[in-house]
Amino acid sequence: MKRFRLIPDETSINFVRRRFVFFAFSVVLAIASIGLYFANGLNFGIDFAGGIMIEVGTPGPANLAGMRSSLGQLGLGEVQLQEFGAPDDVLIRVERQPGGAEAQNAAVQLIRQSLGDSLGDGIEYRRVEFVGPKVGGELIKAGIMAVLASVLAMLIYIWFRFELPFGIGAVIALIHDVLVTIGMFALVGLEFNLSIVAALLLIVGYSMNDTVVVYDRVRENLRKYKSRTLPEILNRSVNDTLSRTVMTSATTLLALLALFIFGGEVIRGFSFAMIWGILVGTYSSIFIATPVLLYLKPRQSGGAGKIDGGGGIPAKGG
Amino acid sequence: MLRFQPWKIALVALVCAVGVLFALPNLFGRDNAPGWLPGSQINLGLDLQGGSHLLLEVDFNALLRERLQALVDETRIALREERIGYSGLGTQGDAVGFRLIDLANVSRVTGLLAELDPEIEVESDEVGNFTVAMTEDAIEQRLRLAVEQSIEIVRRRIDETGTREPTIQRQGEDRIMVQLPGVEDPERIKALLGKTAKMSFHLVDETVSLSEARQGRVPPGSALLESDSEIDSAGNPRQYVVRKRVVVSGDTLVDAQPTFQDNEPVVSFRFDSTGTKRFGDVTQDNTGQMLAILLDGKVISAPVIREPILGGTGIISGSFTVEAANDLALLLRAGALPAPLTILEERTVGPDLGADSIRAGKIASVIGLVTVIVFMMLYYGLFGIFSACALVTNLVLLLGVLSLFQATLTLPGIAGIVLTLGMAVDANVLIFERIREEVRSGKTPIAAMDAGYKRAFSAIIDANITTLIAAVMLFNLGSGPVKGFAVTLGIGIITSVFTAMMVTRLLSAIWLRRARPKELPI
Repeated sequence: MKRFRLIPDETSINFVRRRFVFFAFSVVLAIASIGLYFANGLNFGIDFAGGIMIEVGTPGPANLAGMRSSLGQLGLGEVQLQEFGAPDDVLIRVERQPGGAEAQNAAVQLIRQSLGDSLGDGIEYRRVEFVGPKVGGELIKAGIMAVLASVLAMLIYIWFRFELPFGIGAVIALIHDVLVTIGMFALVGLEFNLSIVAALLLIVGYSMNDTVVVYDRVRENLRKYKSRTLPEILNRSVNDTLSRTVMTSATTLLALLALFIFGGEVIRGFSFAMIWGILVGTYSSIFIATPVLLYLKPRQSGGAGKIDGGGGIPAKGG
Repeated sequence: MLRFQPWKIALVALVCAVGVLFALPNLFGRDNAPGWLPGSQINLGLDLQGGSHLLLEVDFNALLRERLQALVDETRIALREERIGYSGLGTQGDAVGFRLIDLANVSRVTGLLAELDPEIEVESDEVGNFTVAMTEDAIEQRLRLAVEQSIEIVRRRIDETGTREPTIQRQGEDRIMVQLPGVEDPERIKALLGKTAKMSFHLVDETVSLSEARQGRVPPGSALLESDSEIDSAGNPRQYVVRKRVVVSGDTLVDAQPTFQDNEPVVSFRFDSTGTKRFGDVTQDNTGQMLAILLDGKVISAPVIREPILGGTGIISGSFTVEAANDLALLLRAGALPAPLTILEERTVGPDLGADSIRAGKIASVIGLVTVIVFMMLYYGLFGIFSACALVTNLVLLLGVLSLFQATLTLPGIAGIVLTLGMAVDANVLIFERIREEVRSGKTPIAAMDAGYKRAFSAIIDANITTLIAAVMLFNLGSGPVKGFAVTLGIGIITSVFTAMMVTRLLSAIWLRRARPKELPI
């Protein structure tokens, strides 16, 4: 019975030989991401920047220009308005007000009053959020710590379950994934909020999950093919697991696409980050995490691996 | 790997049955579930059911400043009584400082201060500079007490407003998290929580006129205070010169109720026995004078004492609206906060947005589930169907566990469920791919499946533990919604490993024994 396949049954792609192409590509991506981060910065949501966010439902299609000008006159500094998923749904963001919590509160009242005056009773407050500067600062710290801690935890876990070279290889891939995702957000300017940090943590988890499956096979093949060179073994392992890697990414992407399309406006940023992260995580476990082992030299039970970089692919053996 | 002991089959069946049993009540509304089902259901987070989340901080510094100011007064009185000369008495940072004029008094003063309060540390240098500070332990203890008291008062005030099922929890060292399901506009509650509501009765100082006082000639022991609501002829808040000494404190109140007097909203109050006695004494000794009622440093009203009030009850008549009278009575009943509360964070979600989110989440979950199942069946045929059974079981178990623990489902939590659906098949994919490999290497169906399950095991465990680590990190990062996400993800990982290793395996083992196929349709 012939069944539908994403990847042919037995592939013999030489991933290791072309590693420089992928390394160069990833290094360029990572540097570009860092550049974008410093050039564009991230569009921090109120979770981190503090400030006020109000989502309102208007009686009819919203008159954004009118609302912008009336809210702009309140003297609250920068007021951002955007349509949020539907023409009668508006997201209002107001920068953090100078002063303490009372000042933020007063600003919310002022906005409510102004909107009530211009739009009447038909207005519906779908969400009102305000985050003080203190909390925002703490959340940034907590977010950075959480990402760093999870990368460290992964390193330690892989170190224990495998060996240190595997741990380092995996962490290089993780750092790559996190950098490139942050770069993506700096590029497209999507709001970077707490749920995006959650997505980052999840991308770390997912990318690690992918990498571990390949590493598990590398470890197995290192024991199995004692006379093969390291490049041969790495290639064999990536090819062995390629079908699974692609398949799992596909099912996860399918679920995420459903979430992105049907899950509503509020979590669209999160689903976007995850979709991007799954693509990047899958890429990095095949093209970064595994080829990089060549330089980290995991122990081969029999004889050290020759590193010539041009390794062929051992035939499948039983 | 393919042989199942009867007890193992029973165990798998039992786990699934229990999962179904606990997941079922969620199909019914909150109160419509039949009585024979377990009562616990998944709680909806505020972002799904609508409601208000407030994060409050106890302004402990205000409390410390107040305590230090009191310490300054106590020190002054103690030194004066002993006729010991000093200079520069005042607060310096977190301590009280002064300088002794006569160095001979150092040891005497040290002893004197130590007797003042067991919670303070006294330090002095060779030129007679004294610093008096509270000990670390005392500060810590006061902070703990202040937060505990604040939580109690916040709870009482919110309960008085009739909000149903509020959650009030301590968070971190000095914070209080308040969750108010169903509250769309938390303005009133915010206003109520924004008042410390310290009430006290003071005599009005009638020895100086207002205009003299405004020119700075306020007698020592008195202060020029503004009225809370009364306006003078110039349109400014009316002012009073009020003696600082508290004649009766508000904490002796036992009840306060809004009522009407001459068709005006007023608040009636009742003292406990101490309060009754003191209020009686004060009104008896000062008949004809004005008595100011202060709330948080502002004068609510300052009526003239017409006759001694001995019954322990009285009436506050400011120029109240009905609502203001209601709120004041509520605040007085609930008691004063030990320190002011600051609102650090507010997140309010309207009920419509919550309902929209639930609807969108349901649609996304169903579509995600169906596409993943179709994809798996196209890819793995019969085994795809096995994994689909496992996936549905996984979803049921996940919902069952969430209900069992009465976990809170948030919008990110729904995202976690959808994501889990995509990732849960991973264990099955690992096994199926491995079985394919084993088949290709020429093994018989039974041997291939056996080897497939055996060899995929270590990869499954490692891959899922790394994801579990990420979930734990998320949980630690979490404020409410993100925590909900971490919980669904973490439980989803565990149930997905269980369903892949047990349910799919059991189904394929049963099929293998019945069909005895010559080759595997995988």
